[in-house]
Amino acid sequence: MNFLYAAYGATWAIHIVYLITVFQRYSELNREVDELNKK
Amino acid sequence: MSAPPGVTLETLRKDIRLEWRSKDAINSMLFFALLVVVVFSFSFDPNAEESRLIAGGLVWVAFLFAAVVALNQTWARELRNQVLDAYRVSPAPANSLFLAKAMGNFIFVSVLEAVMVPLFVVFYKLRVLGPAWQLVPVTVLGTWAIVVNGTFFAAMSLRTRSREIMLPLLLFPITIPALISTVEATTVILVGDPATSAKFWIVLLATYDVMFTIACLALFETVLHAE
Amino acid sequence: MRKAFPILGVLTAIFLSYALYLALVVAPREQTMGDVQRIFYYHVPSAWTAFLLFFINFLASVQYLVRRNPSTDKVANWILITVAVVTCIASVVIALVPSLKEAMPKDVEPSAIGTTGVIIAAAYFVIRKFFSVEAVDALAVTTAEVGVVFCTVVLVTGPLWARPVWGIWWTWDVRLTSTLVLWLIYVSYLILRRYSSSGQTPVMAASLAVFGALDVPLVYFSIWIFRTQHPQPVVGGGGSIDPRMLHVLLMNWLAFLCFAYLVCWSRYRLEIMKREVEEAQALQSL
Repeated sequence: MNFLYAAYGATWAIHIVYLITVFQRYSELNREVDELNKK
Repeated sequence: MSAPPGVTLETLRKDIRLEWRSKDAINSMLFFALLVVVVFSFSFDPNAEESRLIAGGLVWVAFLFAAVVALNQTWARELRNQVLDAYRVSPAPANSLFLAKAMGNFIFVSVLEAVMVPLFVVFYKLRVLGPAWQLVPVTVLGTWAIVVNGTFFAAMSLRTRSREIMLPLLLFPITIPALISTVEATTVILVGDPATSAKFWIVLLATYDVMFTIACLALFETVLHAE
Repeated sequence: MRKAFPILGVLTAIFLSYALYLALVVAPREQTMGDVQRIFYYHVPSAWTAFLLFFINFLASVQYLVRRNPSTDKVANWILITVAVVTCIASVVIALVPSLKEAMPKDVEPSAIGTTGVIIAAAYFVIRKFFSVEAVDALAVTTAEVGVVFCTVVLVTGPLWARPVWGIWWTWDVRLTSTLVLWLIYVSYLILRRYSSSGQTPVMAASLAVFGALDVPLVYFSIWIFRTQHPQPVVGGGGSIDPRMLHVLLMNWLAFLCFAYLVCWSRYRLEIMKREVEEAQALQSL
């Protein structure tokens, strides 16, 4: 039942990739906040 | 809609006059239409039977691409001469501008279609087996569907980067029901099976046109003044 | 609020694991399709979640367009109240008048009309109460993005289920095509948001969302009729469902809803923070 595992795996892969992009954007924003605070 | 028809017609007349004088948009569009038909013909070499089944889809995809080229031109000229700002401050209701632009586009795209259809008939050896007169409402309604949404999204994509790609990107998903209807209707009419009828598709197209024309008129003012 | 997040995160992870256990072990094995059918427990909840998120996006987009102007705001409120009242009355009338009841399509309950109307109005007012005009736009972006993520899951798991069961990856039936169109519309929505300059972005995106919302029922309707002219494989359950399967399905949906809530919350906070940073940067450059 490879299709079953592929489906479940794909679901979580998609969600994890999205969460990583959200986290990356969050880190970038934090960096910008630090820059603003320095000035 | 409180749009006085005078303003709409005037704007329309002005657009047509400008196009006729410059002829640049029309000529390039006509040549593009011809190219599209030729390229499509290379990719398929069907016999008469097969061609009736696929011609519906091919013709409408070709129309769609030609329409996108025409629509991208629409607002480009306005932008070049900062006419858009003039419209925004003028007391003329935004709806008249939209209707004029949409009707102008409709005329231009219809001209393109009038050129492309005989070419398709020749290259695909098409013969209409069903009630051919039904092709008229299908073409008119289908073209209006593409043009009304296309004009609206062309105005929207003016304020975006990658303007030329943004129009088809926004337009194609939204016009899918209209495309399904026109392709199905055209195929039914071409194949001419007495058990099938294009009437449902024509009604659906009419519904789509009414809904989206109202939506475009309602939202155009907002989009024009969005700042 | 912020402190609750890690706790909720852990709880949701536990819940999702439990739901996975239910789907893989507890749910009975399907007679004809076998274990592959278990994809259903991820596919269907993802679809329902995606539709819910897109629905919220639609309401948020309408609100953004309408609330900037006090007169249109009032008109919209009254329209929604009218919709709720009229649909309820319509439900009662249709249920009572036999000839109207016959005219209804066979799997639609008259009361569903009223319920739908009330839910739409209630959701609109709840959003209105908790989100300011600017915040409502942030909500729109959030739900669109997370909705696209869930919709992608639907479009990926669907073919993975269809292929072993029906031998085909794809077909142009109602649900598949309308889901694909929905996905396309919202992806174009997200691209529009990214590529337009910030002043007009929310208005244009909101307009696109409204167009999309008009489009989807039309797509659904057009292909539904198409399906009755040509036989299509039935996707999803038409008849009754084993109660144990229903239980597992609902649990998985609840788990995914909690997950979706947390993801939306994170994305929303990111959006609000992004706007604050942009404002601060703009002020600094003055």
